[in-house]
Amino acid sequence: MAAVETREKVSALAEKYKYGFVTDIEMERAPKGLSEDTVRYISAKKGEPDWMLAWRLSAFRRWVEMREPNWARVHYPKIDYQDAYYYAAPKNTPAKQSLDEVDPKLLETYNKLGIPLSEQMLLAGVAVDAVFDSVSVATTFKAKLNEAGVIFCPISEAIRDHPDLVRKYLGTVVPVTDNFFSTLNSAVFSDGTFVFVPKGVRCPMELSTYFRINASETGQFERTLIIADEGSYVSYLEGCTAPKRDENQLHAAVVELVALDGAEIKYSTVQNWYPGDEEGKGGIYNFVTKRGDCRGRDSKISWTQVETGSAITWKYPSCILRGDNSVGEFYSIAIANHYQQADTGTKMIHLGRNTRSRIVSKGISAGRAQNTYRGLVSVHPKAANARNHTQCDSLLIGKQCGAHTVPYIESRNPSARIEHEATTSKIAEDQLFYCLQRGINPEEAVALIVNGFCKEVLQQLPMEFAVEAQKLVGISLEGSVG
Amino acid sequence: MLEIKDLHAAVDGKEILKGLSLTVNAGEVHAIMGPNGSGKSTLSYVLAGRAGYKITSGSIRYRGEDLAALAPEERAAKGIFLAMQYPVEIPGVTTLTFLKTALNAQRRARGESELDAMGVLKRVRARASELKVSEEMLKRALNVGFSGGEKKRLEILQMALFEPRLAILDETDSGLDIDALKLVAEGVNALRAPERAMLVITHYQRLLQYIVPDRVHVLSAGRIVREGGPELAHELEAKGYEDIVRSAA
Repeated sequence: MAAVETREKVSALAEKYKYGFVTDIEMERAPKGLSEDTVRYISAKKGEPDWMLAWRLSAFRRWVEMREPNWARVHYPKIDYQDAYYYAAPKNTPAKQSLDEVDPKLLETYNKLGIPLSEQMLLAGVAVDAVFDSVSVATTFKAKLNEAGVIFCPISEAIRDHPDLVRKYLGTVVPVTDNFFSTLNSAVFSDGTFVFVPKGVRCPMELSTYFRINASETGQFERTLIIADEGSYVSYLEGCTAPKRDENQLHAAVVELVALDGAEIKYSTVQNWYPGDEEGKGGIYNFVTKRGDCRGRDSKISWTQVETGSAITWKYPSCILRGDNSVGEFYSIAIANHYQQADTGTKMIHLGRNTRSRIVSKGISAGRAQNTYRGLVSVHPKAANARNHTQCDSLLIGKQCGAHTVPYIESRNPSARIEHEATTSKIAEDQLFYCLQRGINPEEAVALIVNGFCKEVLQQLPMEFAVEAQKLVGISLEGSVG
Repeated sequence: MLEIKDLHAAVDGKEILKGLSLTVNAGEVHAIMGPNGSGKSTLSYVLAGRAGYKITSGSIRYRGEDLAALAPEERAAKGIFLAMQYPVEIPGVTTLTFLKTALNAQRRARGESELDAMGVLKRVRARASELKVSEEMLKRALNVGFSGGEKKRLEILQMALFEPRLAILDETDSGLDIDALKLVAEGVNALRAPERAMLVITHYQRLLQYIVPDRVHVLSAGRIVREGGPELAHELEAKGYEDIVRSAA
């Protein structure tokens, strides 16, 4: 919770700073640009132990030798990594006093999303204590989790308070040198979430975090680590929103999941970073590495994502099916409208015996958007009886968008069974007319048809998120017909 | 209720309706008959406001309003319902969800309060049994995997649910066996009312044995070439279109 609040405050202040409403707030930023000094600065600001700094520095030294990948079907101008801030925090944190001080457009968006007022206040960085007792809510919440032995805290806090757990698992799923963006994240991550669910515990509630992107000209690098010990279960939800800005901002998160024997992790995302305007100006570059390790026997990791935002999405939540009988699932809705570009999919790496994976991908393209499904199913020699089923459906709205499917399948065990189905369709004029004739307006009709198309994936989301996601599907396709 | 004057309409730049005039009053059932390609379906789509069906001259007044100025969904909210010849499939959207969305969209447009799922279900159930629309059908995706008869029954169920002022039935009899036809016709007859007008578009006289119209119009080459009472349908059945069209020319 604290991590979110911190981010909110930074974000709220940055808004004020940008629009000049408040002039006397001192922002504390690392000098612009990226060097070993920046890394040391961040680590010092966080009061980190030496091992953490050493870890970050090793990542940074590796990163300077790495090249930005260019294999994805996305196009964007070269990013100048020296022309951004990597750390920004308010010196003191006077919060806004009421919703009246918040950008009404932001509130309108939250209203459209159906986020309750109390949550709107949290998101907008309003001091809610007087109106809505967020502090005590957070405390009750914490008490309940403590009772169950579940650790749910900002990762910076975990580095301080649970160093043994962090050292044992951090970087074991996504190694420091994994890829350009994850290595950058390892060097400069600002904060994120840490979850540990002890042996045999079923986490008593859905854990959820709302992420807001940081100040202007600042990259956002959060780091999430979730460990489910033997026989435990946890469901984690993340929601992402960002303010409108003309510039492009980099978001390069890393998420690592570890499921031990018999454990299950369900990870759901509703991503609505600012996608840029109708002409393709602005928006978030979302270069994210998410990976789960089914380390134990009979473990299960399930990814569900609803990707509607970002100018560019580069994201492949994956499962390493190491333990025998482990199960990996990937349910995805990716919507790209206007000039958005999405290149997303998953990797299912079958290492253990009797491992199973299921992929359901629904890609929707509208406007001039390009939407690519890229996926790998890999069966290693020891993965006897591995099974995979992949279903990739693409829906096109209009004539200027594109849908692409790039499946890679590698099987090195003859007992493997791999199935791949793919379809591409359009919203037919007769479907639209049928809806209109029954009194449904064009935008509602598109939302209805697209929600029908995505049903299998939406059903995977926890109830409260499913409603939000359905509305979001409609909102993100506004202006795609007519 | 409906007053069409010298209507010309084109599809893809090709003129299909060439000076059609027709007046329908509340409480009346009119049949539009005609050979293939005479413009029957075009007329229904022009009335419903389908994209691509362009009025080039003439006028349509519906309850005193210029129909051309209204979007298709506005026409629906104002009581125009078109039972389609080929009802469309929408995968993943359950029939009940669709009915609820549509009913509430119309209610909202009319400034009425929206109904919750239970409220919609009650209204649907009240009409479903006589049309033999099962609960199971309501849970399936709209028209997906429905038989021809099921699709047409669902069209009539929607007509009952939306309570339109002007119902247009476009070839509702096509693809139905005699039992299904009777069932659908009974459903339609039950909805005849003093405040409601109906336009029954059909190629064959068969449907008109069950839905007896007040007036019959014969459409040929985009124009109404003959009009008469219900007996005209029988004459058509006996003589065929060619004779009637030739004698009218």
